[in-house]
Amino acid sequence: MSLWIAVLAACAVAFATKLAGHVVPAAWLSGRRTRRVTTLLPVALLAALVVVQTLAGPAGSIVVDARVAAVVVAAVALVFRAPFIAVVAIGALTAAVLRLAGWS
Amino acid sequence: MQICHDDRVHPDSDATADVEAARLRRQVARQSWSVGIATGAYGISFGALSVASGLDVWQTVALSALMFTGGSQFAFVGVIGAGGSGLAAIAAASLLGIRNGLYGLQVARFLDASGLRRLAAAQLTIDESTAVGVVQPTDSARRQGFWTTGVAVFLFWNTFTALGAIVGNAMGDPRRWGLDGAAAAAFLALLWPRLLSRDAAATAVAAIVVTLLAIPHAPPGIPVVVAVLAAVGVGLWPRRHPDAPAPRHAGGSEA
Repeated sequence: MSLWIAVLAACAVAFATKLAGHVVPAAWLSGRRTRRVTTLLPVALLAALVVVQTLAGPAGSIVVDARVAAVVVAAVALVFRAPFIAVVAIGALTAAVLRLAGWS
Repeated sequence: MQICHDDRVHPDSDATADVEAARLRRQVARQSWSVGIATGAYGISFGALSVASGLDVWQTVALSALMFTGGSQFAFVGVIGAGGSGLAAIAAASLLGIRNGLYGLQVARFLDASGLRRLAAAQLTIDESTAVGVVQPTDSARRQGFWTTGVAVFLFWNTFTALGAIVGNAMGDPRRWGLDGAAAAAFLALLWPRLLSRDAAATAVAAIVVTLLAIPHAPPGIPVVVAVLAAVGVGLWPRRHPDAPAPRHAGGSEA
């Protein structure tokens, strides 16, 4: 699949999801368990993305490198209530400085 | 509630209501634009990470304009950057976007939009516009909060995405600038404010375990999709006592 097709298909699904909320009767998603699962979905996906971005290496390997340090420092920044953009910048800075110092 | 008011001060009781309504409108406008600028500014990190993940500048710009939901956009480029297939990227982005459908249910009640206005409202239905809208005290303030925040985030998010993509493109090897560390930090910052309940914390831990187990065995991108099992497992688990909220951590917000 070309990357452009994937981009446009994902955009179409995203818009359809948003529009669905505006047009379906509210009763369709009012089940308590349905609501719990849909509320927890972003948590599961984001936690998984943190793991993949931090530890995944080539061909299904798990690699410990400067990214791990970047995430630890980012977590400290979050504990101190740093805003999103600062957390991202601190993550980049940590990884860049460690690479400059020779740790991959 | 009446939304069009005369600016003159009347000597009757309407005057107080007019002044009060004008004050509320200014307050909602201030909230909406500050949220729009603050959120839109980190479009620059999305733009840079997207081109670092292998998308070109136009694909990056298209994602911000057409998908317009930050979490899903980061997920999409994250999966592509990790070497995942287009289908895996679509799946991850779409699953993360499901919450926008739930926001639509909430905001449709006070927006009362139809036709083209409803299509525009749907595209602007994201974390921030919903959050600023639903907390207002009156329906007209809710509508103002939703529309102003949605439009403000859209303007700044797209402008800064283009800027980030162009700058990112000129930077060369993304690892040298720590952009892979920035991506990991971005997902952590998006996750952080959601860890409010025991359910959420349990889901995050389960998702981390599932992902670590899946990475060596599944093609790139698929571990993220498999992690959905954590949300389903915790969500369907019989609950013995009401959810105790954990202390709130401030931090990232999300478009």
